Amino acid sequence: MTTLPHVYNGQALPLAKVPELTMSEFRTVVLERIADGRRISSFFGMPHGDGIALLAVLANDRQGVLELCRTQVRDAYPALTPEAPQAHWFEREIAEQWGIVPEGHPWLKPIRFHPCYRKGSDAWGRDKARAIEPCVTDYFRVDGEEIHEVAVGPVHAGIIEPGHFRFQCHGENVLHLEIELGYQHRGIERAIIAGPGQRTAHYVETLAGDTTIGHATAFALAIEALGGTTAPPRAQALRAVALEIERLANHTGDLGALANDVGFLPTASFCGRLRGDFLNATALLCGNRFGRHLVRPGGVRFDLTTRIADELLKRIETTFADTENAVNLLWQTPSVMARFEGTGTVSCHDAAAMGLVGPAARASGVSLDVRNDLPWGAYRAHHVPTVSLPAGDVCARAYVRWFEVRNSVRFIAEEIAALPAGAIQQEPARPAPDHLAVALVEGWRGEICHVAITDDRGRLRHYKVTDPSFHNWFGLAMALRGQQISDFPLCNKSFNLSYCGHDL
Amino acid sequence: MFNALRARIRQGHRTVGFPNRPPVLPERYMGRPQWDATLCRADCDACVQACPTAALTRADGVLRIDLGRCLFCTDCTDACPTGAIGFTREYRMATDTREALVVNDRPYQLAKALDKQAKALFGHSLKLRQVSAGGCNACEADVNVLTTVVFDLSRFGIQFVASPRHADGLLITGPVTKNMELALEKTYEATPSPKIVVAVGACAVSGGLFADHPETHKGAGEIIPVDLYIPGCPPHPIAILDGLLRLLGVIEQQ
Ligand code: SF4
Ligand code: SF4
Repeated sequence: MTTLPHVYNGQALPLAKVPELTMSEFRTVVLERIADGRRISSFFGMPHGDGIALLAVLANDRQGVLELCRTQVRDAYPALTPEAPQAHWFEREIAEQWGIVPEGHPWLKPIRFHPCYRKGSDAWGRDKARAIEPCVTDYFRVDGEEIHEVAVGPVHAGIIEPGHFRFQCHGENVLHLEIELGYQHRGIERAIIAGPGQRTAHYVETLAGDTTIGHATAFALAIEALGGTTAPPRAQALRAVALEIERLANHTGDLGALANDVGFLPTASFCGRLRGDFLNATALLCGNRFGRHLVRPGGVRFDLTTRIADELLKRIETTFADTENAVNLLWQTPSVMARFEGTGTVSCHDAAAMGLVGPAARASGVSLDVRNDLPWGAYRAHHVPTVSLPAGDVCARAYVRWFEVRNSVRFIAEEIAALPAGAIQQEPARPAPDHLAVALVEGWRGEICHVAITDDRGRLRHYKVTDPSFHNWFGLAMALRGQQISDFPLCNKSFNLSYCGHDL
Repeated sequence: MFNALRARIRQGHRTVGFPNRPPVLPERYMGRPQWDATLCRADCDACVQACPTAALTRADGVLRIDLGRCLFCTDCTDACPTGAIGFTREYRMATDTREALVVNDRPYQLAKALDKQAKALFGHSLKLRQVSAGGCNACEADVNVLTTVVFDLSRFGIQFVASPRHADGLLITGPVTKNMELALEKTYEATPSPKIVVAVGACAVSGGLFADHPETHKGAGEIIPVDLYIPGCPPHPIAILDGLLRLLGVIEQQ
């Protein structure tokens, strides 16, 4: 196999070191690697020369490195998707952002519904004078006398972000679900260009507000890598503690929401409260329940005093004990298990082929966890076991979360007990010019990938964010195949993906 | 069954005493900012430069903090060489006009209760339809949390409903992306009049970080009339609850 330059998670290299391959070399190199078990962590276009550079970041989980390569295109190239299904959403994004057509893509549609970033280009040749209407596009249709279509959203029943779902049904049975997003598109990636400036860290924290710590950590790692700065050990430990509390809050909330969707109100009600208690634990660190303004390039902004550390440990311990009590009710209640088991199954093969990440992948037997496979910061020395279950159903996705809650609680206690002394901040050096850095963080939904590329003056010329939801939305669509439409809320909650994290 | 009952007893009663008792807020909570004119240096604009959302302006020696834009990020306090800006623990910040969301040298005007007629209609039962229009899911989450046993919103007669046709008003989060504009308008139209609109969070109030983005609007007020503004990024659930209860006249003191 051709060798490619590789970096560790949170490492930078000169852009010139990323080999520029011909299109046919690029396809061969990427496809043979995917066939060999590497994954696409990121794949995107960036203006370069008189065309667009396509850059691939491939995760080699076995060896714990990221492999990089690029190629140059003008208007079109032969799509990777027919041979590597996990490329499909990335290629739709490339088409939408840069007007590059991945030829042979089986279902080339916009994903966010915004005008093309490259003047005068449009992958679909749309009329420039007409506004682009969100989610107004072709949908996959099943025909037949007894087939009906159900359309839901953008405004849904609950307090939830907007998206559009189209079901092709035969009676109660879902033959196909198609998910279209884009309603939450705020243009954050583009706004970050020419930074980092005083807004950048704030933008990053709002990419997906429920993953503030995850995204802020990825951003901090990328900027630190570009400048060759390392955050002090104490800051790294505090970031990891905050990230695990974020996981606790969201996993606990999800377990409650799953209970709610099968009408099991005790656990739903208890977990609703407990999730808030975990959010309050984050607020204990920094005053904000979502961890806003805590993580910054160079370190963290708030220290943990001994008194606050003791209080934090005490709270995590009591909240965990109540969570255990609330969640165990799920496994003890046959009517709950009957609804969880065998619902929304995604096979290991499909999960790997689609490139799923996070708990959704692990619940289908795909044993991936950035904390172990490509560790950064505190996780380099302190491991959290990867939880993986083979069943691939709602039950497995619930169970994985529960096991992860237990592991996070243990991790937090151990980190705080062994908290390194010293500073919590180190002034980050200016980003080096013409460099590229990749940062991966295992957020509660899975792999968060930030790629930062600087121009000749060290400013960000490109910033690419891949939220775990970007990989996983299609997994939800697949999970619905052959299910009852009434199981949609349950399946949806078992993935609980981010709309704004996808729409950016 | 017995396990569920045992768990119920163990988990206990969890509803907060607010509004009858003062709320418990995090020790490091950032509430309403204040500005000390005596400490502020005339030749300095470090805070104005540091602010990510242009929430700070200075005219005639008076610093003006627009809470509608403020993220409560404390970048300004970090930048200030004299400690002239500070964040209090004051969670009461909801107003009934956009202009009132200002900290300067004048007293802060909190939201007043609805007029008599509206109070007669909504005072005992207010059904809201939540619309997320570019919110980052932090505002949404801390609105949602009001429906848990901790805040038990329904004890005040407030409920979130699935359909705008069943609603007395809307609660908006997010700057209103261009892609959500039509959906928001339709949802507003589908809500029977008279109706109430609540904007929660810097995004919905002013566009927040995204105010000058071509992809978004400058908050809900650009599309539909707003009756209650609740600042924050995201506001603490208690700040949201306080705002809603002021609107209904359950909390009246300034
Ligand atoms: S706290 Fe508010 S006023 Fe101060 S810098 Fe942040 S956004 Fe601006
Ligand atoms: S105001 Fe802040 S927390 Fe609320 S939606 Fe906007 S960015 Fe998110």
